[in-house]
Amino acid sequence: MSNKINQSIVKHIAKLAQIPISDDESEKLTTAFLETLAVIDELQEIDTSTTEPTHQVTGLKNVLRDDVVIEEQMFLQKEALSNAKHTHQGFFVVPKILEK
Amino acid sequence: MTNSLNQLTLKQALNKIDSNEISINEVYQDLEKEISVNNSSLNIYLNIDKKAGKDASQAKNKPLKGLPIAVKDNFCTTNLPTTASSKNLETFIPPQESTVTKKIKEAGGVVFGKTNLDAWAHGSSTETSAFGRTLNPRNKNHLPGGSSGGSAAAVASDLAIVSIGSETAGSIRQPSAWCGVVGLKPTYGRVSRFGVVSMASSTDSPGPIAKTVEDATIVFNHIAGHDPRDATSSQNQVPDLTKFLNQDISGMKIGVLYLDIPGLEKIKTIYESQIKVLEDLGARVEFVKALNPRYAISVYTVVQRAEVSSNLARYDGIRYGLDRSHFGDEAKRRIMLGTYTLSKGYADKYYNLAQKVRTLFIDDFNKLFEKYDVLVSPTSPGYAKKVGATEGEAMFGELEDMLLEPSSIAGLPGISVPCYRDPSTNLYLGLNIVAPMFREDLMVKVADAFEKNTSWNSWRSHE
Repeated sequence: MSNKINQSIVKHIAKLAQIPISDDESEKLTTAFLETLAVIDELQEIDTSTTEPTHQVTGLKNVLRDDVVIEEQMFLQKEALSNAKHTHQGFFVVPKILEK
Repeated sequence: MTNSLNQLTLKQALNKIDSNEISINEVYQDLEKEISVNNSSLNIYLNIDKKAGKDASQAKNKPLKGLPIAVKDNFCTTNLPTTASSKNLETFIPPQESTVTKKIKEAGGVVFGKTNLDAWAHGSSTETSAFGRTLNPRNKNHLPGGSSGGSAAAVASDLAIVSIGSETAGSIRQPSAWCGVVGLKPTYGRVSRFGVVSMASSTDSPGPIAKTVEDATIVFNHIAGHDPRDATSSQNQVPDLTKFLNQDISGMKIGVLYLDIPGLEKIKTIYESQIKVLEDLGARVEFVKALNPRYAISVYTVVQRAEVSSNLARYDGIRYGLDRSHFGDEAKRRIMLGTYTLSKGYADKYYNLAQKVRTLFIDDFNKLFEKYDVLVSPTSPGYAKKVGATEGEAMFGELEDMLLEPSSIAGLPGISVPCYRDPSTNLYLGLNIVAPMFREDLMVKVADAFEKNTSWNSWRSHE
């Protein structure tokens, strides 16, 4: 499967990950992908037909908290906006995604 | 005897402040002097809070007595920028404190400087930092390891008394081994991840990097424990690890792993002779076979990239930081590989398969721990690599961390202690000691006994 990786797949993945890349970069990334996939393909050698996956190593499950406001964990509006590059009247400014 | 107070161990500094032999202000003076002389060539600190020490004497009655603690720059701190050594977060000043640094501050420690790391903690060299590589203080032609390379180098160079790092698969223990210091990676869930720039959430574990095993246990005691703000943190009771220093290890059962792996031929005899020290102390040592760690590289690579792809999705430059065009090469590679292995049609082939093999590693460790109290191995397959070694190596970190990845993906605690110094290069090797889940006490017993019965610890040797 990994031998099917090519520059056009890499460019598609970059789009999915919202990472702008140049043609030169897509070539280098293709090489790096092939190198990495060659290593992880070794997993196919192992018989896991009777093995369950592990997602959480300490066995915790469905950790919930009471649905209450904890004031000391809240941000003031000023704090929440303090690192934003673009704000407008107390809001974050986001890129436009819809055209008229 | 030490001249400059930054050369003290944490324990020595605490004792001397307690007995009024030294003042906390003198510690800061010596440390700042040393940093002004050596930091620029080693490139350890990214930001220092020059005012942090001013009120330190007020913490004299608290456990950490106002002492300065260096912190890896992926822990959110309200008094200093938190960059994760990335261009994206270069000017980010968090509006909230990580639980680890909050606990340090509450215990009277002072977060006075933030240390360099591989950008986003993606790496094992500190060479991928957006702010330049850190050099290994033991030999400046070599790398400090990583990703907590700045924190390990800070301790090794006495530019810190003690520091905090974080490990996902080797990032505390490997730089500690390469820099000749002690690195303690707690059980996953033992120390809160709240406020740590997330990398691989299912393995990220904060922990101390220190001059001695004792210092590491003191810091561990202050940062460990359940945190309601990290749902994966454990409610298990935290042991006082300082109680497991100076213990008799005779009769303990120790399994030795990985010495027969190809590539370790050059260091094998050194490890055999150092492991004999444990045997001489009465431990029952046996060489054992474990699941091939090569497969752990693959498991870790799949799981880590997948979690990175998901965790770094938040960096859109809207609420903080710069937009996604500013990611460095390594972050781009990892995010995109994770995006690929999680995409439709590949999740079963890669991600779910990796999580199944992860179970096999856990089962393998469980079986080994039926027979052994702890497992030991080399921390890294060799000495610190030369500056520039990561160039064009997409799998550099994974190969250097191969011997640590099995225990990391299983969530086990581990500690690396210096176990040899090459006289021609002044570079160190580390002994990695791994214990069952939540049994940090067992590894500390062995690590402390080893440290005190050998001469490799460069601070103990001048006591």
